[in-house]
Amino acid sequence: MSLPLATPDTDISLWLAQQTDKSLLRFLTCGSVDDGKSTLIGRLLYDSQLILDDQLASLKKESHNRTVGEEGIDFSLLVDGLTAEREQGITIDVAYRFFSTDQRKFIVADTPGHEQYTRNMATGASNADLALVLIDARKGVLTQTRRHSFILSLIGVKHVVLVVNKIDLMGYDEATFDRIVAEYRAFAAPLGFKTLAAIPVSALRGDNILAKSDRTPWFDGTPLVPYLETIEVAEDRTLGKLRFPVQWVNRPNLDFRGFSGTVASGIVAVGDEVLIASSRKPAVVKRIVTMDGDLQRAVAGQAVTLVLDREVDISRGDMLSHAGETPEFSNQFQARVVWMSEEPAFPGRSYLLKLGTQLVPATITDLKFRTNVNTLEQTAATKVDLNEVATVTIATDKPIAFDAYASNALTGGFILVDRITNATLGAGTIEFGLRRAQNLTYQSFDVNREVRAQMKGQSPKIVWFTGLSGSGKSSIANLLEKRLTADGRHAYILDGDNVRHGLNRDLGFTEAARVENIRRVAEVAKLMADAGLIVLVSFISPFENERRLAREIAGDIDFVEVYVDTPLEVCEARDPKGLYKRARAGEIKNFTGIDSPFEPPSTPDLVLHGGEEEPVELSDKLHGWLKF
Amino acid sequence: MRRGLKPYQHTANSSAAAVWDGVYSRVTSASLTHLQSLEAESIAILREVAASFERPVMMYSIGKDSSVLLHLARKAFFPSKIPFPLLHVNTTWKFREMIAFRDAMAEKHGFDLISHTNPEGLANGINPFDHGSSRFTDIMKTQALRQALDAGRYDAAIGGARRDEEKSRAKERIFSHRNASHAWDPKNQRPELWRVFNTRLNPGESMRVFPISNWTELDVWTYIYSEGIELPTLYYAKERPVVERSGTLIMVDDERFRLEPGEAPQQEMVRFRTLGDYPLTGAIRSSAATLPEIIMEMQASRTSEREGRLIDSDSVGSMEKKKQEGYF
Repeated sequence: MSLPLATPDTDISLWLAQQTDKSLLRFLTCGSVDDGKSTLIGRLLYDSQLILDDQLASLKKESHNRTVGEEGIDFSLLVDGLTAEREQGITIDVAYRFFSTDQRKFIVADTPGHEQYTRNMATGASNADLALVLIDARKGVLTQTRRHSFILSLIGVKHVVLVVNKIDLMGYDEATFDRIVAEYRAFAAPLGFKTLAAIPVSALRGDNILAKSDRTPWFDGTPLVPYLETIEVAEDRTLGKLRFPVQWVNRPNLDFRGFSGTVASGIVAVGDEVLIASSRKPAVVKRIVTMDGDLQRAVAGQAVTLVLDREVDISRGDMLSHAGETPEFSNQFQARVVWMSEEPAFPGRSYLLKLGTQLVPATITDLKFRTNVNTLEQTAATKVDLNEVATVTIATDKPIAFDAYASNALTGGFILVDRITNATLGAGTIEFGLRRAQNLTYQSFDVNREVRAQMKGQSPKIVWFTGLSGSGKSSIANLLEKRLTADGRHAYILDGDNVRHGLNRDLGFTEAARVENIRRVAEVAKLMADAGLIVLVSFISPFENERRLAREIAGDIDFVEVYVDTPLEVCEARDPKGLYKRARAGEIKNFTGIDSPFEPPSTPDLVLHGGEEEPVELSDKLHGWLKF
Repeated sequence: MRRGLKPYQHTANSSAAAVWDGVYSRVTSASLTHLQSLEAESIAILREVAASFERPVMMYSIGKDSSVLLHLARKAFFPSKIPFPLLHVNTTWKFREMIAFRDAMAEKHGFDLISHTNPEGLANGINPFDHGSSRFTDIMKTQALRQALDAGRYDAAIGGARRDEEKSRAKERIFSHRNASHAWDPKNQRPELWRVFNTRLNPGESMRVFPISNWTELDVWTYIYSEGIELPTLYYAKERPVVERSGTLIMVDDERFRLEPGEAPQQEMVRFRTLGDYPLTGAIRSSAATLPEIIMEMQASRTSEREGRLIDSDSVGSMEKKKQEGYF
């Protein structure tokens, strides 16, 4: 049933050989809506004769009522894919386009210059080797040109082509072109681009796209397409240090155990001794398995399966390297993050971090500064908003293997994921690992938590009450404390009154301050429990993320989340401190339940219904349920 | 046996060292060729699915893109078998040869095959003649797919769509998130950076995964050629019984085909550029009976691949609408 393969005539064979042996260049285009980015890409597709008859026909139909070039076609229609975008006349997302010449295949990421520019540009740039920076010859270097160039340097794009478009509208003037290029070169000098070429073009009229234009006789450089065909951008990743992130453990039967993954950099050969990043244990590569037969060596970019000479504990997320050339292995590092979500980033909040095949909970521990993408100015900040770039330190729950992004993008770039919605919130590039974390080992005292707890005859724990103001948290906690004291146990209540007035009196009620409030309370609770106490924490703590953070801070200490679930109407009717009245009157802002949300716990350890039973009954119930 | 140039093909009987020499001379000069890069990228995506999801499934439509996907999946997990089932949504109107080919492939490569047909559609006799292409497609394809995905509680469905196929696909993610009712929200897509894919889901949500997103039609054909991948013979020219309706050549594949009064099937040399439901799939007149000839003909042709599929020509943005409703 397979296709009969002809005795190929040599021409076809040669042509096919050429097709399969082409190299690949991934580039992105950046520029604003009016710079003619989509028109340029449309022009590249058109000139590469990739627009087919039926597409051309529908294109001409759609070009009605739009600005068209000499061919009667609005080229931007070729690349603006989604209906909403066509209606608004702007590009709002990253679109991928493909064209090829005899030399190369090209994958173009078309990123918008309008809304959400930082987010989309960073996305497009992350897989690009080269960028076209478009400039409207009539306008010259603008703020957004600088912004785009900064993001390129942030993501590490090393090759830039400055495309000075609409040169036709400036009468193909050499002086205009020279002035723009000189200004851009001066600005871009500190951004560390390896190559920077400048080409005067008219995307609409096709000047200097495929061939040199007669209308710019003064231009002595290479036209755009020939330049893209010949520029050497491939960093020889085979020359780098070996990084083999284990993606999938390949175990078809008891006799075969292999580790599947893609070589991120370097070369691995049969007989090499490799080191496992997490355990630092060595092993020797016995086989490199592929369906096409075993290989002697595998190089950066190849997807293979390694078989080692001995039984070692390796799972998905581990990284293999050569001894003496190991990646960093730490739980703290400094990074730059690009924030991509409407929900801002706050220090202290817990996220999931994915780097290569590693996935771990992580927290932004310090927000060092925010970089203004327009002026490159660095300013202090308490949060990172959508499309902002900040330099932060991050701590992960367990150590991970990584490299500085500058030395290896595949082992130094990561994303941050929301722990509840699972949305991708931001992306980061690691600057360097913080060795502090490795060197700081907690002094091990002879007197430890167990000893202290035994002295008190109890098992320490944190009982975390969450619920609306007026739900009965404090009443229940007070009754429980009395009961425990009567039992001869040692307990202590942490609540808003004794913490807000002292330890946390510098904190207000903004979202960032609330996160910090909870973090400090959780740390204090942990110290108290470590001292052997039963800690009763009574805080509204309205956000799931912060409660999760508190639980994580508690570590191996027994942590019990008690949700005092009392309906808002009941709480508001009680209004013990008159706060609801004032919130309703607009005198208090950000009041939970009124103009600030309460996220009910999804998996509380115990729910107490404050609207149905009295605090005495509820505290008895809780006392009976808890084990001391 | 193929003679002449064999671009970078590794064959079972060639020695590992010889294979290595071929690869190595290229990678040291620059990097992998574009087909080698695409292959490795797709394999990594397939492995990521197997490692990250509890119940993945791979869509198998028997066409050339599916055949490439199947080949890539075999490579990705070798020597293990493909660790997830293949799902075929059978409208009961596929070319007969497609079903035979499908079963032969399942037998040969030992993968789990699940075939699903919409039972209500079947009971109500939904067919492309009485119910029109869009209603038929909705019931027997879109709804059937949802039924199959729900029934299997699959959290990831792998498909062979490519970004170069159609404009709305150009912005599709490789890991494309779907809500609990399988709908796609083009304004709320997760950004995809580097090769780091966010595979996290909430209960009821699912992921559509497109490992050959970055391949073009030409890449698919040259890969089929260099890897010697088996395809149904419908792809190459042969004398077949066809009728011509409003400019489209339809093959009369079985007795269910309704001939108009006075209409009689003619034997013509035709082949198919895409495979699907035979009454809805246009053939092209061609003499290309070998793979190189097909590729040459494709390069010379001036119409795009999806033109043969009748569902796309309804209106501007029709594919986007279908995707929002859950079409693959």
